[in-house]
Amino acid sequence: MGMLKDFWKGFKVTGSIGLRGLFGKDIVTTRYPSEMREKPTRFHGRHVLNRYPDGMEKCIGCELCAGACPARCIYVRGADNPPDDPQSPGERFGYVYEINMLRCIFCGLCVEACPTEAITMTHLFEMSVGDRRDAIHTKDELLMAEDGSVPHIYREDPFADLSELDAADGWLRATSPSGVAAYEGETMWQSTPGPASWEPEPDQETRDAPDG
Amino acid sequence: MDWVDLLLVAARVVGVFALLLLLTMVNVWMERKVVADMQNRLGPMRAGPWGILQTLADGLKLFFKEQVTPRKVDLGAYLLAPFLAVVPAFLIFMMVPLGPGWEVAGRSVPLQGADLNIGLLFILAMSSMAVYAVVLAGWSSGSKYPLLGGVRATAQAISYEAAMGLAMVAVVMFSATAPGAESGTLSLAEIVERQSGTWEGAVGFLDPVLGFIPRWNIFPQVVAFAIFFTAAVAETNRAPFDLVEAEQELVGGFHTEYSGIRFAMFFLAEYINIFSMCAIAATLFLGGWNGPVWAGMLPGWVSAILPVIWLMLKSYVLVVVFFWIRATLPRLRYDQLMTLGWKRLIPLSMVWLVISTVVIGFRQFGLPFGG
Repeated sequence: MGMLKDFWKGFKVTGSIGLRGLFGKDIVTTRYPSEMREKPTRFHGRHVLNRYPDGMEKCIGCELCAGACPARCIYVRGADNPPDDPQSPGERFGYVYEINMLRCIFCGLCVEACPTEAITMTHLFEMSVGDRRDAIHTKDELLMAEDGSVPHIYREDPFADLSELDAADGWLRATSPSGVAAYEGETMWQSTPGPASWEPEPDQETRDAPDG
Repeated sequence: MDWVDLLLVAARVVGVFALLLLLTMVNVWMERKVVADMQNRLGPMRAGPWGILQTLADGLKLFFKEQVTPRKVDLGAYLLAPFLAVVPAFLIFMMVPLGPGWEVAGRSVPLQGADLNIGLLFILAMSSMAVYAVVLAGWSSGSKYPLLGGVRATAQAISYEAAMGLAMVAVVMFSATAPGAESGTLSLAEIVERQSGTWEGAVGFLDPVLGFIPRWNIFPQVVAFAIFFTAAVAETNRAPFDLVEAEQELVGGFHTEYSGIRFAMFFLAEYINIFSMCAIAATLFLGGWNGPVWAGMLPGWVSAILPVIWLMLKSYVLVVVFFWIRATLPRLRYDQLMTLGWKRLIPLSMVWLVISTVVIGFRQFGLPFGG
């Protein structure tokens, strides 16, 4: 009899959920391609190489992202800026920039390693390709245009959702020169690709001053 | 018997066949929907409105898929098994009376594939035949998981068929006591007709209270119904008795090595069996096609088709219970399956058989030594 009671308990659960489901209540399924679930602000999607508002590339070809990458999927080759046509405000720029999306684990360490916030992440997660070689995204596919729009490898694809690219990952400045993790009341992330929307971080002495 | 009769017989068989295929299509879809509802999901939504054509799409896909034949199979039995699964499944449903019969071309046509006078026996025989398909499929696949599934099917079928048969005996015996009945019958059409009307006049002083209840066998034979239904779930290899397939343990059980249309045939047979078992349960216990037809108040064709609808409604209630059970109960362990079959259901059905025999005997012949 104890077993029958347990049966009854189980049948009550499935029965009540089933009745609610019959009337379309409590359904957790999102009908994916036509209906998208809202992604968290700091979603780690496909990378984007940013530009300064004046159109200069932020990447200085330092290869810190490649060094930080645990999956070894980033390949960077820096080059000296041509004096008559500088690509970045610094001395060097990223001449070759490739990310193998088949190896990337979307950990975001490249974003954290970047000293100039040149590489950030968007919300684009639909990165299927028709050819293995297309999975290696080159600089053409990663660097944003001068108007701030971000390229997509299959831009003509009717199913490509380009709005995903306009939402940046809201990159968190996890490492700070002062080493203080509490940044209450300060905007530590930005919601669109492009230049950082926050003030430059004060240097360590100013921030950590006792009256400060 | 002239050509009109022949045509009518063919039409009956083809009609039942087509109806069954259509129902199976709906059933597969419905199971996915019902189970999805019970798990906060949507289920199939893309093919047709609410995904109702999903089964058709799946069937077409399976039809055009490659049929892999493993090297070690025993080819004859391997090819025979899917047919051995489907044919008995169809034959079982042929026995189910769908309605009281129509008048066509001056002849009365029973709405039934075939009205055998040994209908119930035939059903038991055919449901045993279906087990051969599973066993043969498991044996001939030349692979260990199907073999395990096949062996399990043998043991399971033996344990539960006995209980099912005993539950049927109780019903047959009880239906012999229906008013106007001269003897017991194994014909399903007859058993359904004996369940028409209400209990008025049969329950003594409780007549004013209970007299309106339809004369279905489930009311006096509720224990037999419980046993029959449990055994039916086990016979059709459905959760929680799906040890024959047991995805988590045996990959796919007996149909591991089958693909394409051959797999589809096993799948088809399983769903046909579910519906036939529910239709048989409705026939034996829930009054079959009996129900108000409002003859004279409704157009003639509505009254003619209503019995079929009543039977479908009753069957579908049971089918949904099948799905509900599947969504709720976890699979039994093998020893639990055997314990339930041999130590619980069979003794229970025997005790119930004795009790109902004694009660029926008293009602028919009076108390012993009573004069």
